[in-house]
Amino acid sequence: MRCSRLILAALLLGGPAAAQEPANRDLGIGVPATPAMIAPWNIDVRGDGKGLPPGHGSVAEGEALYATACASCHGKDGVHGALSPALRLAGGIGTLASAKPERTVGSYWPYAPTLFDYIRRAMPFTAPQSLTDDQVYAVAGYVLFLNGLVPHDAVLDARSLAAVKMPNRDGFRPVPPADR
Amino acid sequence: MRRGPALPRRTLLQGGLTLAGTGAAAAATPGAPLAIPEWTREQGASVLAAPYGSPSPHERGVVRRPRRSAVFPQTLSCNTPLQHLHGIITPNGLHFIRDHAGTPDVDPAQHRLVVHGMVARPLIFTMDDLLRFPSVSRLHFLECAGNTPFWRTGAIKATWTAQDTHGLLSCAEWTGVRLADVLAEVGVQPGAAWLLAEGADAAALTRSVPLEKALDDAILAYAQNGERLRPEQGYPLRLLLPGYEGNTNIKWLRRIKLGDAPWETREETSRYTELQPDGRARQFGFVMEVKSVITHPSGGEALGAGYCEISGLAWSGRGRIRRVEVSTDGGATWRDAALQAPVLDSCLTRFRLPWHWQGEALVLQSRATDETGAVQPTRAALVGKQGEHAEYHYNAIHAWRVAADGQVSVAL
Repeated sequence: MRCSRLILAALLLGGPAAAQEPANRDLGIGVPATPAMIAPWNIDVRGDGKGLPPGHGSVAEGEALYATACASCHGKDGVHGALSPALRLAGGIGTLASAKPERTVGSYWPYAPTLFDYIRRAMPFTAPQSLTDDQVYAVAGYVLFLNGLVPHDAVLDARSLAAVKMPNRDGFRPVPPADR
Repeated sequence: MRRGPALPRRTLLQGGLTLAGTGAAAAATPGAPLAIPEWTREQGASVLAAPYGSPSPHERGVVRRPRRSAVFPQTLSCNTPLQHLHGIITPNGLHFIRDHAGTPDVDPAQHRLVVHGMVARPLIFTMDDLLRFPSVSRLHFLECAGNTPFWRTGAIKATWTAQDTHGLLSCAEWTGVRLADVLAEVGVQPGAAWLLAEGADAAALTRSVPLEKALDDAILAYAQNGERLRPEQGYPLRLLLPGYEGNTNIKWLRRIKLGDAPWETREETSRYTELQPDGRARQFGFVMEVKSVITHPSGGEALGAGYCEISGLAWSGRGRIRRVEVSTDGGATWRDAALQAPVLDSCLTRFRLPWHWQGEALVLQSRATDETGAVQPTRAALVGKQGEHAEYHYNAIHAWRVAADGQVSVAL
């Protein structure tokens, strides 16, 4: 049985050239993934906001949540009291071309929706994937507020988060495909 | 403690903690008859004593070590002791580790790989499913993008060993499934150009990978040097992207999603991008460029005068190593080192050069060239082009200083 599978594979693969262009084949391995089955893992949000879920959260709600879930590592205002420079979330806008660049959410991150994606999948450090989507919107909003990018009365949702223009939006130069 | 030229101290340092052993005692009496030691006069341990073997207790100093401390040990990196290794394969227990949220204990029976997005047939695979695919084995290095933190000189310590300077580098034979085969099974939709790879760890680490790379030589690896992956290398499944920076080789791989654009995740924007002097950052510079390091003699060793084989490692994410040159005079003149076969694509290559050290102070360097013709730059050239804040992808020529007393240290 193993032999017949190998022969079948060899016929279907046909060497390195075939690997460039996957043939429409079916070994019959795996089970169909329905949207309902994969929903708990299907949490990615793109820089342009594609994948942001329904829900909303206010900067005020985020401020309260930040104080209990985030401040002990990131500092009470995202700067002071952060456990290391890499954990600072705010400040540094305009320093990237200087002798002492500070890379924070406000100074360096090109897309606000990435903040939602990262907090939802990986934060808080001691309890990842424990926040509701509304709570993630709220905390993301508060971090943007700490950087002066949204007002204190802002409410963030899929549309408003994707609309936030980050200061370093055009600060990245992708390596050309030929050099990847 | 200093020994004659015929017994370089390296031999003793290798063992780390064995200086007081029988061998050292016997060697302390020149001209004495050879002893018949106790292990020759009695039966050794049962073959049943260690169902899974370990290195000799005399090698217990050969371990992974972090170069620095971190706020959370779960996000620390831990370096391979390159100066104590031989050949090109990194033993599985010494492969470098860089976690973003610790090493999870994944149950392979519960683990799943989802492949979906811009595909004709989204599928879920068990580990048993993946083991049914045609398998492939290849030798490749992995190097952390942040290996060799020499962009700025302020924090560099002269006492650093090769483990400290270059130890976020390892090499293994990886066995798994061609990602191209799995993508053929789900059927890639026209217009798909990127995929998102996601881990099952507490960081659910994600990186965007060009579809072209996925179809070219990417492997979904489940084995490493003949055994299943170690937990800290992504057990039971990791992505292996030959030549690409370490963190794109997603460990504990649980999901692959196809799309028409990169996701711009945290790890490919705020981290793993190289800030340039003009304030803009190089992004998606995946490939680890040509690089080399002399591992013997190297930092922390005490060299004895006389014959010494200079030995080291060279590698390039762009293909095979074509040439390694060694300088023993601070870069004034260079000699070609011999390359030990096999010389493979995106794999460590061992180089060697016979040498006699006469006891003079000097600077040792190695300079690699890969099959594309790319040559390792000097630090001045690299920093001149990219500034001091790129953080990642440092590949300049590395120099060790040998003092007149034989002590080897980092030269800048």
